[in-house]
Amino acid sequence: METYMILLVVWWVLLGVLLTGIGAMVGMDMGVGTLLRYVGRTDSERRVALNVIGPHWDGNQVWFILGGGAIFAAWPLVYATAFSGFYIVMLLLLWSMILRPLGFEYRSKLPSPTWRAVWDVALFLSGLLPMVVFGAAIGNVLQGVPFHFDWRLTSFYTGSFLWLFNPFAILCGLMSVALAVYMGGSCLASGADDPIGSRARRAAIVGGLAAVVIFTVGGFWVSAIEGFKLVAGPDPGVAQTPLHQQVTRAPGALLANYAAHPALWVLPALVYAGLLLGALAHTIRRPILAWWLGTLAWIGVIGTVGAAMFPFIMPSSSNPSHSLTVWNSGSSLVTLTWMVGFVVIFMPLIVWYTSWAFWVMRGKVSVKHVETSDHAY
Amino acid sequence: MVNDLVVDLSRAQFAATALYHFLFVPLTLGLTVLLAVMETIYVTTGREIYKQMAQFWTRLLLINFALGVATGLTMEFQFGTNWSFYSSFVGDTFGAPLAIEGLMAFFLESTFIGLMVFGWDKMSKAQHLIVTYAVALGSNFSALWILVANSFMQHPQGAEFNPITMRMELQNFGALFFNSDAQSKFVHTVLAGYVTAAIFVCGISAWYMLKNRHLDLARRSFRVAAVFGMLGGAGVITLGDALGYVGAKVQPTKLAAMEALWTAEKAPMAFNAIAFPNQAEQKNYFTVQIPAMLSILVTHSLDGVVPAIDQLQVQAQERIRNGIPAVQAMEKLSANPRDEAALAQFKAHGKDVGYGFLVLRYAPQGDLTKITDADIARAARDTIPDVAIVFWSFRIMVAFGLLMLAYLVLATLMTLANQVERQRWFQWAALLMVPVPFLACEFGWLVAEVGRQPWTVNEMLPTWLSASTHSVAYMVFSLSGFILLYTAFAIVEIYLMLLFIRKGPEEHGAGPGAVEGLPSAGRKLAAQ
Repeated sequence: METYMILLVVWWVLLGVLLTGIGAMVGMDMGVGTLLRYVGRTDSERRVALNVIGPHWDGNQVWFILGGGAIFAAWPLVYATAFSGFYIVMLLLLWSMILRPLGFEYRSKLPSPTWRAVWDVALFLSGLLPMVVFGAAIGNVLQGVPFHFDWRLTSFYTGSFLWLFNPFAILCGLMSVALAVYMGGSCLASGADDPIGSRARRAAIVGGLAAVVIFTVGGFWVSAIEGFKLVAGPDPGVAQTPLHQQVTRAPGALLANYAAHPALWVLPALVYAGLLLGALAHTIRRPILAWWLGTLAWIGVIGTVGAAMFPFIMPSSSNPSHSLTVWNSGSSLVTLTWMVGFVVIFMPLIVWYTSWAFWVMRGKVSVKHVETSDHAY
Repeated sequence: MVNDLVVDLSRAQFAATALYHFLFVPLTLGLTVLLAVMETIYVTTGREIYKQMAQFWTRLLLINFALGVATGLTMEFQFGTNWSFYSSFVGDTFGAPLAIEGLMAFFLESTFIGLMVFGWDKMSKAQHLIVTYAVALGSNFSALWILVANSFMQHPQGAEFNPITMRMELQNFGALFFNSDAQSKFVHTVLAGYVTAAIFVCGISAWYMLKNRHLDLARRSFRVAAVFGMLGGAGVITLGDALGYVGAKVQPTKLAAMEALWTAEKAPMAFNAIAFPNQAEQKNYFTVQIPAMLSILVTHSLDGVVPAIDQLQVQAQERIRNGIPAVQAMEKLSANPRDEAALAQFKAHGKDVGYGFLVLRYAPQGDLTKITDADIARAARDTIPDVAIVFWSFRIMVAFGLLMLAYLVLATLMTLANQVERQRWFQWAALLMVPVPFLACEFGWLVAEVGRQPWTVNEMLPTWLSASTHSVAYMVFSLSGFILLYTAFAIVEIYLMLLFIRKGPEEHGAGPGAVEGLPSAGRKLAAQ
């Protein structure tokens, strides 16, 4: 029981790690897509931007795929409820994500300007939309989502599609776009020659400062949102379903964990520290350092949300007692144990060879390079 | 309670997106390995032509790979979006191989394919070769884990249904991984990918010979691919046979459907080479039989028998009757997990809980006490998959398989005798063979997955119960979106593929960004 409880918390932390990975790695590529037409004024300049992440976008995207797979394996009820509940939004996410591999691979295959312009738009949308959806999803989960279960745990989503774009969710969507612009800008500032690099640097600073403002607004807004409170239910660490607990709505509940454990304020502080120092790092031309500080800010954002919600993962606004928590929506002890084993073995390997790949491809991409290279997008 | 149309549309969407995805997968599986073979020859012999070959075929691989990745994203998310009950019911077990696939395979494949394409001038020859092997290994690992997951649906081994949490929970990871179905299916599928790539490379090489272009590259590519494909082809058929052997034990309804075996027979059983099955009347209209062949094929003996559909339906009726109290106990446990009497009732009947779900479909307002004998008979008939589709898909797959093996043996003999470049008819034949492996793969999946019906998890979870509770409008929207997008992608993909085949390898060196550029050999000379 004790072990199971610990494993659930470990997987809750790993869920945060995955979301941070998506923010840092996928978000970086999305930011490049969003900025494509701003940093690249000519076709060759846009190709420079694409070739900076050319060797890496595919590997980075796996963070997103792994996110889906790991939530499926470790939090099956969350995977089932969230993905089916957010159906149309998930499709928008999926369809825009699908355009990315094709955009990278096909855009520069033909010289026609129309062809390339169409793919540029596709790459822009496939950078912007997924980040809006990613942020909006987190915003909706924070507020609670209208769903309930029948006795077999079949989930029913009772909200409308448009409800998912409520003002708070849109604010969160903008937050994630701003962070993506910051990460993508930092990546291009490091990997692209001027003038692309300097435009990217300016965009990164703007994105980072915008994120600071949005985060502050969001923080005040959250204190006014009604949170959730677990009143009664089976003990943590006991195998259970979400059908046997009692949950109520409570004003200010999203700040309750912070009141109980003031040390948690370090998480939102990380967001400010990361982004403000990051802007500073950009002004002294240290884009790689700025990228790492952006990752720190992502840790802060995901950590802030997670700490505010714990033990909830996906509360239900229409039937709060069916809310999904860390205790009632995780996989069994055996599965979580095996999966921890695989993560412990493979994650360090992945980090090692990804770093190697970045190291091999280090250096700046220039207009001259994309115009003469054998191996460029 | 569940809208049948929503279930059908969800099935149509899954089938369409999965079959579409699998148009791109086998070529990636095989071509990455074939590229590793070509590059190994380059690195060990130092002959530039093999580097040119590797780079040319890499370009075609990438056009294909992009769509494989893109359509694969759909698959990763579609379980949750469209099969949410399935996802929460088996996520504990089925999700694990999917997550491991990400950790072990996708990262490897996707990180290194960037280096493989962009890193030719940034690494030593040996480093680049290792990178190419990593890509091939990654794509093959990915097939391994996804087939482990698929085999759980065919033969749910290693997990048990927990009536308290109301889902299938992993008990034994080894049993999940070493599922006999998974092991034969992995080798069968991966080798089918090798054959696909081999026939693709041979066909395009033959087209160059027909056009009298790039003869050195075409001749060598043809030879490497033909030998590679022949070895693969022999394996595909051996493992296909093993798969049938395994399937006979764990999915008797699929086997009976494959053979259109409606009524019980004594050993040695005859094989229906041709039949026109009628599902409603449960009989075949016209048959051409080969005596004793079925016993030999399936049981590898003359006195072996396999159960026929009439016998299987009788067994299903018994299991449905036994499954009803299991589902009723589950409902009580859902209200009160400490209900000891319900737990005991579940323990007594739990092995047939899936059959209880099957008949739940016909229960008025979900009330199983109102189930009649007619409902049970109807549910028992549901356990038989669509015989005509399974029967004919299987025969088409096998016929194509044998055709491909014969062709690859001939191709190997002819290339070793230096005859391919002299025989125009054979070059045409090689070109015409290109679509065959793709079709065979698709028909293979039809056998496997239509044959699995009416279950998503064999004998545990019926398809009708697995789908998400969407409205028809949502499903029409998503299915239309997929059809529109995927059709556009197919047109673009085929256009680019044909364009780059027509450009040929001499275009190599100009970079994909500049179709009008100089060939690399010319540029190198100019640089000197």
